[in-house]
Amino acid sequence: MKNYDIVIVGGGPAGLAAAVSAKQNGVDSILILERDKELGGILNQCIHNGFGLHTFKEELTGPEYAERFIRQVQDLGIEFKLNTMVMEISENRVVTAMNREDGLFDLQAKAVILAMGCRERARGALNIPGYRPAGIYSAGTAQRLVNMEGYMPGREVVILGSGDIGLIMARRMTLEGAKVKVVAELMPYSGGLKRNIVQCLDDYGIPLKLSHTVVDIKGKERVEGVTLAQVDENSRPIPGTEEFYSCDTLLLSVGLIPENEISRGMGVEINPVTSGPKVNESLETNMEGVFACGNVLHVHDLVDFVSEEAAAAGRNAAAYVKTVSLGTESTRQSDRKTDEEYLAERIPDKAAEQEICLIPTSGVRYTVPSTIRVSHMDEHLTVRFRVGNVYKNCYVSAYFDEKRVIHRKRQVVAPGEMEELKLTKEQILQYPNLKTITIKIEEA
Amino acid sequence: MEVKNLICINCPMGCALTVEMEGNEVVKISGNTCPRGEAYGRKEVTDPTRIVTSTVKVTGGKAEMVSVKTKQDIPKGKISECIKALKDVEVQAPVYIGDVIVADIAGTGVDIVATKNIELL
Repeated sequence: MKNYDIVIVGGGPAGLAAAVSAKQNGVDSILILERDKELGGILNQCIHNGFGLHTFKEELTGPEYAERFIRQVQDLGIEFKLNTMVMEISENRVVTAMNREDGLFDLQAKAVILAMGCRERARGALNIPGYRPAGIYSAGTAQRLVNMEGYMPGREVVILGSGDIGLIMARRMTLEGAKVKVVAELMPYSGGLKRNIVQCLDDYGIPLKLSHTVVDIKGKERVEGVTLAQVDENSRPIPGTEEFYSCDTLLLSVGLIPENEISRGMGVEINPVTSGPKVNESLETNMEGVFACGNVLHVHDLVDFVSEEAAAAGRNAAAYVKTVSLGTESTRQSDRKTDEEYLAERIPDKAAEQEICLIPTSGVRYTVPSTIRVSHMDEHLTVRFRVGNVYKNCYVSAYFDEKRVIHRKRQVVAPGEMEELKLTKEQILQYPNLKTITIKIEEA
Repeated sequence: MEVKNLICINCPMGCALTVEMEGNEVVKISGNTCPRGEAYGRKEVTDPTRIVTSTVKVTGGKAEMVSVKTKQDIPKGKISECIKALKDVEVQAPVYIGDVIVADIAGTGVDIVATKNIELL
């Protein structure tokens, strides 16, 4: 069985940034496993611009953003395998994968970085009545067909869901000659970025119907039309508000789900709110040496934040590998410290150190990370979270146990945009025996 | 006097801007919370521009399509002409990021460039 210091599952933006960062932090034995025929993940089909404003201070398209990281991976000589599917990972970090060249094979990893991304919620999850005709696609599938394979999924389109992919596809289908009749959104607000509403819908006169959903799909072989209805505050359709739109295509942009079958299989604890692993300050899961980053951890709005988070995961995995490896070396050289002495210095006794729990409440749906071990913290820690509703003129607050330490005014926070809060080690060290940090939205 | 309503896209606030115009002159911008909103409103009504992205066919490459963009932003009114001009364009692999696919698209003075590397098959 081949050994690697770090095996990274997924060669999209998260996997690439994690690999680059791990290498830059001194680990040479790294392998990226990617199931597609090229690196870059979903960025390859996101041909629109707007990527990289934070990372590169310029607006790139998806493929260009991916290329910057792919080039770094190649320049650094990081190993990767394409067309390779990871089947299973054992709790001792034996990675079982397969491809056409190697067949089924096992790898032993000192550390694993989970970077599998997410997939789209499909029709089956929505309870829309009607037949199952051709012409119903998830927005991302349509995006791949149009942008990479050169096929048009249809001519007259209705889009359900105003997530960013749905908005981007409204514009893309229009430019390719389709008629996008309407975008319907169940919630009273859009789940997408403002600039996408303006530049993808308003620019092309495509109406956005908030608090609307699809209540019927007409057509047996092919979609012939859909019926939209307005919904009440409990998201129930209001009788009498039905409106029929003839169309041959229905695109669904109704949410993304982190792809954690492998993680669950190996015993990684999953946060029911994010559907991603529960992680500590090092982005390490409950399984020692198993880290997670990017959309498999929680769904991000901007790829720049994925890269940033993945770089942290790569750095932390590298630190973990060095700790474990140095510990082993020291046993070979008897004049040095023993393993135990060494590890005692580097990894304080788990029982001895109390973890600080991050508690999301009052409008904050979740936080990443979920726990903090102060001894493992860098000087700065970015806590990312999402809110459950639109709040205007509010405060984002952090309570260290009972005491309010952070109280930051925000003009608006919305579920579509990821929020962050920076904590410093210095700040936390001022509160010995700290047990919880509660993060909440407070109305002004 | 003409009144135009816009949504500012600079931040998640999404201020509803009202721009009052006298012919081609902006007379008043209201509804914005910060100076960025005013600048956005002015540009949007006098000289709105966009980066346009699309795809064109590739022959002999590892992929069927190559993604492209306008190298700089072009006037909003030129988008559809730009897309039409790309309709039957076909390029030969290999193609590299930054390669000019169509020069001076739709008389804008802006080139269409590739945004992805497509190697030979």
